[in-house]
Amino acid sequence: MMERELRLMKGNEAVAEAAIRAGADGYFGYPITPQSEILEYLMEANPYKTTGMVVLQAESEVAAINMVYGGAACGKKVMTSSSSPGISLKQEGISYIAGAELPCLIVNVVRAGPGLGTIQPSQCDYFQAVKGGGHGDYHLIVLAPASVQEMADFVELGFDLAFKYRNPVMILSDGAIGQMMEKVYLKPKKNRSTVIYDWATTGKPASRERNIITSLDLDPYAQEIHNQNLQAKYREVEKNEVRLEEFQTDDADYLLVAYGTSARVSQKAVQLARAEGIKVGLLRPITLYPFPSGRLKELSRQLKGILSVEMSAGQMVEDVLLSVSGKVPVSHFGRMGGVIPTPEEVVDSLKLKIIGG
Amino acid sequence: MKDVTGIKEIIKPENLVYKRSSVLTDNVFSYCPGCGHGTAHRILAEVIEEAGLQSETIGVAPVGCSVLLYEFMNVDVQQAAHGRAPAVATAIKRLLPEKFVFTYQGDGDLAAIGTAETIHACNRGENIMIIFINNGIYGMTGGQMAPTTLEGMKSSTSPYGRDIKLMGNPLKMTEIVATLPGTYFVTRQSVHTPANVKKTKKAMKKAVEYQKLNKGTCFIEIVSNCPSGWKMSPVESNKWMEENMFPFYPLGDLKVPAVE
Repeated sequence: MMERELRLMKGNEAVAEAAIRAGADGYFGYPITPQSEILEYLMEANPYKTTGMVVLQAESEVAAINMVYGGAACGKKVMTSSSSPGISLKQEGISYIAGAELPCLIVNVVRAGPGLGTIQPSQCDYFQAVKGGGHGDYHLIVLAPASVQEMADFVELGFDLAFKYRNPVMILSDGAIGQMMEKVYLKPKKNRSTVIYDWATTGKPASRERNIITSLDLDPYAQEIHNQNLQAKYREVEKNEVRLEEFQTDDADYLLVAYGTSARVSQKAVQLARAEGIKVGLLRPITLYPFPSGRLKELSRQLKGILSVEMSAGQMVEDVLLSVSGKVPVSHFGRMGGVIPTPEEVVDSLKLKIIGG
Repeated sequence: MKDVTGIKEIIKPENLVYKRSSVLTDNVFSYCPGCGHGTAHRILAEVIEEAGLQSETIGVAPVGCSVLLYEFMNVDVQQAAHGRAPAVATAIKRLLPEKFVFTYQGDGDLAAIGTAETIHACNRGENIMIIFINNGIYGMTGGQMAPTTLEGMKSSTSPYGRDIKLMGNPLKMTEIVATLPGTYFVTRQSVHTPANVKKTKKAMKKAVEYQKLNKGTCFIEIVSNCPSGWKMSPVESNKWMEENMFPFYPLGDLKVPAVE
């Protein structure tokens, strides 16, 4: 096997390079801070000349996600990226993609909201990513990278999951992970797939019926069956695809639950608290949907309390609460508006809200 | 039984001069009686069949009466979100450049909610065929005012007639896209008489050829009637269309290649 290549890159650049190397067929994007480097990097790399990957700057986020719809419906490995306000614009298209059961990758480098908010990092779009976002009963598979390495790795993982379940996958990152530079091991370049999927619109040969890609069925009973099938798929995803990382949970009395940038801060907070003799661990959900509820429930038997650390007003904390069914006290600590909490603040909050509470 | 009507003579194989296109499915059109969609579908199917492109065609039909196009056209079809067909088709054609790609859109879809996607796909010169059915009304949702509704024309959301001071002017999208460098062939046709059907079919044939040659966007507007939405009989609606729609939306080519 080829030696993996070591580079120093921004998270956003790592996504772009990983997409080329993963054999992506197309990227459709629109500039928005703090993720424009993805489109810029791809335009400069010009992969059309080497791998044949199409890169196009669309007229809007709305057009970009609909280009993704068109490409995905041809069975192509296609993706888009944006940041919070742009992801809001894409929600209609994401709902159609989920409804039509198409595979694609959406990268959200989250900034603070609501509205235009600010360009600083935030985790305020957890609900939007994990609970739906667009109209209808659907789920994205949501991956939460906590490093530049994971920004790169989750591109290929995201495509694999998207095609395994014919479902849109979102990488829910944030402005800090997108903008910071770290070393990253890049995988060797894969060839683009030549597979022609039997469900895809690639032109109808005489040997098969026409393929129709749609989320429409005017018959409510047929539409209900379609919805039941979608739900059955989500149950499979929940059964098979939970990913998480634990840090010093073996003997933990207390647990921090945090993802992405908050997880990096929380890992340091664990070290600070343990230096003071507080037995605290960290559970980092890598998949936000499916959420690692089973492991949280298991851990809750040994715990005296859980603190959900998020750069939001408290969104994931609702899933933590649902996971432990009131068996153990749960609280939330967060900063909003683009502010990253410090490890000291996390430890103070743990003492105030959980240990002293 | 005696062949009083002469039907047995007529249906002899050697006398058959017309058959249903193999690019149409066996499904019966669900369009209202007298509506132009059925005819437009039929000639589009014939053009695809005659060009031998059934196995190479990917159609895109967004929201509107034509959203059910996939029920009738025996080709691979993507149903798109309202207004977004040109963006969807952009990606299909770029990822599968050897395929024949068309969109089939109504006026509310193409000229209101999808204005940006339409203009930018045409301006990029995406190598696709756009069929634009303009009947001056939102048909599927029950006859509301469209961007193309004529001044004074009544609809369920302009019940006293379109007042341009309040509701703005009807939009001539075909004239707009004809000004864009990315469009190669832009024409406005109708399908309400046999002669016009022939002209529209000829325009579609040209668009197929131009797409093979990678010439850019081909844009075919079909001014059509909506008997249900206009609350007229099919015959009345065609007459009304000739007298009112054609003066504002004159038929003919708006942009043709300099040298063919």
